[in-house]
Amino acid sequence: MKIVVPIQLVPDLVEELVVDSSGAALDRESLRWKLSEPDDHAIEQAILLKEKGGGEVVVLAPDLEGVDDVLFAAAAKGADKLIKLTGDFEGGFNEHAVARAFLPWVKEVQPDLVLTGVQTHNGLDGAVGAIMAEYLAVPYVGYISGVSVAGGKATLHKDYPGGLRAEIEVALPAVLGISSAESAPRYVPISKVRQVMKTSRIDTKDAGGLDLGGAASVKRMFPPEVAERATMIQGSAEEVAAKLAAIMKEQGLV
Amino acid sequence: MNQDIFVVIEHRRGQIADITYVALAQAQALAKETGGKVVALLLGNNASGLAKNLAADSAWTIDQAALAEFASEAYGKVLAGVIKEKSPRAVLLGDTTVGAELAGLLSARLGLPLITSCLRVGAGKYMCKICGGKMMVEGDLPAETVLVAMIPGSFKVEQGQSAKGPEVTPLPAPDLSGLRVTFKQYIEPQTGDIDITVQKVLVGIGRGIERQDNLELANELAEALGGAVCASRPVVDQGWLPTSRLVGKSGKTVKPKLYLACGISGAPEHAETITGSEMIIAVNTDPAAPIFGMAKYGTEVNMLDLMPALSEAIRKIKGG
Amino acid sequence: MPEKTDFFGVPWGWAHILVYVVVIGCFLFMLYRLYLQARLWWKVGRPEKRWDQPFKRFWRVIQYIFGQSKVMGQLYPGLMHVAIFWSFLVFFAGTAAAVINTRVYPFLVGRPYLYYKLILDLFVPVFLIGVMLAEYRRWVQKPKRLTFEDRFSWSLILIAFIVVTGLMVESLRLAIQQPAWAAWSPVASPVSQIWMITGASEATLYAIYYVFYVVHPLLVCLFFVLLPSTPMFHVLTTPLNVFFSRLNRPLGQLAPVPQDAKGVPIYTRSLCNLTWSQLLNGDGCTECGRCQDACPAHAAGQPINPKEIMLGLRNALHSDGAILDKREGKGPDLIGKPGLTEDILWSCSSCGACVQECPVLNEHVDTIVDMRRYLVSEGRLDSKAQDVLNSLGRYGNSFGQSERARAKWAQTLEPKIKDARKGPVEYLWFVGDYASYSPALTDVTRSTANVFQKAGIDFGILYEAERNAGNDVRRVGEEGLFEMLAEKNGAALAKCNFKAIVTTDPHSYNTLKHEYPADLIGGRPVLHYTELLDQLIASGRLRFSKSLGYKVTYQDPCYLGRYNMVYEAPRRVIRATGCEIHEMPRNGKRALCCGAGGGRIWMEEKAIKERPSESRIREAVGLDGVQCFVVSCPKDMRMYGDAVKTTGQEQKLAVKDLIELVNAAL
Repeated sequence: MKIVVPIQLVPDLVEELVVDSSGAALDRESLRWKLSEPDDHAIEQAILLKEKGGGEVVVLAPDLEGVDDVLFAAAAKGADKLIKLTGDFEGGFNEHAVARAFLPWVKEVQPDLVLTGVQTHNGLDGAVGAIMAEYLAVPYVGYISGVSVAGGKATLHKDYPGGLRAEIEVALPAVLGISSAESAPRYVPISKVRQVMKTSRIDTKDAGGLDLGGAASVKRMFPPEVAERATMIQGSAEEVAAKLAAIMKEQGLV
Repeated sequence: MNQDIFVVIEHRRGQIADITYVALAQAQALAKETGGKVVALLLGNNASGLAKNLAADSAWTIDQAALAEFASEAYGKVLAGVIKEKSPRAVLLGDTTVGAELAGLLSARLGLPLITSCLRVGAGKYMCKICGGKMMVEGDLPAETVLVAMIPGSFKVEQGQSAKGPEVTPLPAPDLSGLRVTFKQYIEPQTGDIDITVQKVLVGIGRGIERQDNLELANELAEALGGAVCASRPVVDQGWLPTSRLVGKSGKTVKPKLYLACGISGAPEHAETITGSEMIIAVNTDPAAPIFGMAKYGTEVNMLDLMPALSEAIRKIKGG
Repeated sequence: MPEKTDFFGVPWGWAHILVYVVVIGCFLFMLYRLYLQARLWWKVGRPEKRWDQPFKRFWRVIQYIFGQSKVMGQLYPGLMHVAIFWSFLVFFAGTAAAVINTRVYPFLVGRPYLYYKLILDLFVPVFLIGVMLAEYRRWVQKPKRLTFEDRFSWSLILIAFIVVTGLMVESLRLAIQQPAWAAWSPVASPVSQIWMITGASEATLYAIYYVFYVVHPLLVCLFFVLLPSTPMFHVLTTPLNVFFSRLNRPLGQLAPVPQDAKGVPIYTRSLCNLTWSQLLNGDGCTECGRCQDACPAHAAGQPINPKEIMLGLRNALHSDGAILDKREGKGPDLIGKPGLTEDILWSCSSCGACVQECPVLNEHVDTIVDMRRYLVSEGRLDSKAQDVLNSLGRYGNSFGQSERARAKWAQTLEPKIKDARKGPVEYLWFVGDYASYSPALTDVTRSTANVFQKAGIDFGILYEAERNAGNDVRRVGEEGLFEMLAEKNGAALAKCNFKAIVTTDPHSYNTLKHEYPADLIGGRPVLHYTELLDQLIASGRLRFSKSLGYKVTYQDPCYLGRYNMVYEAPRRVIRATGCEIHEMPRNGKRALCCGAGGGRIWMEEKAIKERPSESRIREAVGLDGVQCFVVSCPKDMRMYGDAVKTTGQEQKLAVKDLIELVNAAL
């Protein structure tokens, strides 16, 4: 079974997010790229499927700072092939553009399954998986938290609000939007990653220019208004507790 | 292209999703600007009865067995046809675990622009909240038919409801054979626990709780307040509380009178499900946490210190 | 003329030869059995060079085995064991002397013979008192740390019988021979009087004498033959364990991950992956249980027990040794066996109390870390620990915060602290994760900066270039991550110009001092801030204007005290601020760990009886009039700060960092 995992890098929210001089994008200097968490789960789910039923896992990623470490870590977990796409990602990209850029290389593998993180936290124009599925003319199911494959079909657990889940069957090939793998992404010791760096290779392919169509243009980016902030209560734990208790009493909550 | 606003009605097991009402409220506001009508698109299997309290001008219903469950493949096939034919100004959906899927499919299939994570549209602009709630994005609404997946925050559920329902028009069901996605069954969430959606007071705990032991402090506080403990994703993932206590996009939406958010950052997946709370008090050592943007009162005191102190203060007020 | 009568009553002939052959034969048989067991150590275990510096090693055997110096660390069991063991040595030497006297050169004549008799006799009651103390301990006192199995009592009874039968032989000979110098046997002589009082005829006495004469060496032979199967095996293994104990590597330095010929790391999955000296540890364990008593995690109710770990190794070797001998490098998993489960291995805080207490120099911590390294290589650690390791790998700190925020605490300070990356400084202050990132500790860190400035020392910090030093990362078993952190810190340090490193954190102190490349540190001193303050006070550069007069107690941090023996410097500093130190019962090298080390503070806390930190607070509160609990480690501040709240002692005891006292007294 061939599985392709297209992954994305997103701004690391641990760092301070700064808007650049244009006012419409994040400042690249203070930005640090990090593997999108649902994509981390997608890699894990792909490896789990490979461990259960054999096959090949191909990981595809855009060439942004730090991508090599991410790809090698995936190889250390068990990914077989690593592909890095160069292109003008630094200039800005959106989910449609990424889907189009990945498309030819996904097609080349002719996968049975494409697993990708169901969303990125900075995505404004949908999910790469849903869009790519259309271009591939295969079905897409998102918000998956469990996958098993048998006889050309995949049985999925899809999340709904309220803790509800549904069992869904889909004929392969298909694209799945993973929200969480069946078990948390495994830890890979650094020594293993370093060893893999010596033995694995990252294939570099050129994505050329990016087609940004399908999304609305961004005019302005800004942190949420401060005016809507809560009334902050200062003091020690006891002082704050006393004030809050009084407020709650006033509101008839106590 | 006409100036109508279409709203895709998301429903499950006979209930209409709250976000659909939010989308209807948004549609009403938008329709006033464009001068068009609000059309509810209600697909399902004998689901036309659900149309009666929608705040829309008309409701187009399509009934078919394959449409029984709100799912993207079948719905996508139907809606793609309708949207292509009617060419409205905008199509609004909920940014949910199915709505988002559907929106992506329609955008790619029809080549129409898509805006997700959207708070509101109006005056020719859109406003979205991204990056875990830390960034707002604003831009112009594209000129062509735009698909918008909405998140709660700008409109109240009541604004999307109307005693006078819309004019219902059934549409013919298209051929839906050859579907490759099959819905099998629902898997109920773990039961045997209290229903947090009916609690008046909730103590929500997040990563800041640090250790399972500290749950005691939260339980104590909830008890003092006569409420219950709920949690955001990280706590439930650790297994410290069952999924029945999960508040968030893949968990429950709550509307208590008081929501005490302790050690919760306020990322959208959680934030959007507590907006219905009458009052939010946030306790977080990070002054930049987005939760402070939703809360009425807040404090930077560590939750592990505040919870016991607050339990004590409340007991004093109740007792004394 | 007093002289030794050898083989009294037994004329020279086949009887003598029989005795020699049988006794020596059994002795050799015992050595052969030792060889069979020892063989497993080096057949199964990995090679390791521990034959260097034989004189130094032999001196250790003198100190610890013959001198019983660590055994004497506890009074009752120490005296008890010394009584038995030294008597045993005396009797053994006595028998050897007798053989030499008969077969080589008769020197036990006249005065030497009389002193010989006196000494041997005096040790009989010493021995018997030792045995009684031991049985009393085992049957009446019943301290939990002992293994309550019959084989211990039977062994004691056997050796007691050997000595008593020896005494019988001696006293009967005296009763028969009645030599003039009988008084030189102050114990056997009165006993011989009793025999004589019975009025038995000489023939009867001879008969009884012959019985004991045969029984006594038979018991000795039984002793030799059975020894390797009894707890007394330690008599042979412990001198070996001490001889081959670790010599060159300081306590605070872990061994690197071993590699095979192809450079592939060797992880401890089975016994074959341990070194032969680690396997010897298992057989060297006397089951005394002092490590068990000292272990803070065990006392807190966690599954770990250092004694069971050592015995787990031993039992695994005894049961699987023969199989492992034949199969190269394979064998059943070690982790999961009794005493060696994953839960147990992760419970350890690497405090070293077990190693510190062990009378036979076992190295529990190293073996635990080796097994942890295997678990980490397999990704078998709890999710919270995984998150922290990921955070350390990505951001260089355990808080999950950006590395750019590391020096936030220093931003508001005036004058600005020097940037060690940009210019030369005398002291490079390695601040550490907790002191930098923990909001509760920001004030303490700033106070430290204040004190350094007031003392007029030239210091700087690495600002955002600093990473977690990696001490606990190593103890968790993520060696690759440690290397990465050390490389990053090393690259930053290499560019700086400094004369010494000073740290606020004992964990950073330990690893910088012992585990960072020697050529990076370049022989420059690595100091804990208490050592620096001590030096500054001694040289007069730091003066106090006030005398605080508090009654305080001081918590020795594991990595400053036990691992690096810095006990006095912090105490001198405390006294210099005018405070009075009242020591907790467990202080100095016996101080109780706060429970945060070894990565424990990064892991999930499972259900426990009482946290070590809470037990410690209770210990401190028990001291009359002590108002202040002084710490000198940021993790201690955090652990005891929490503990004083959870035990409800906030009104009674204030937890302060030593620097706060210094700051207040300036």
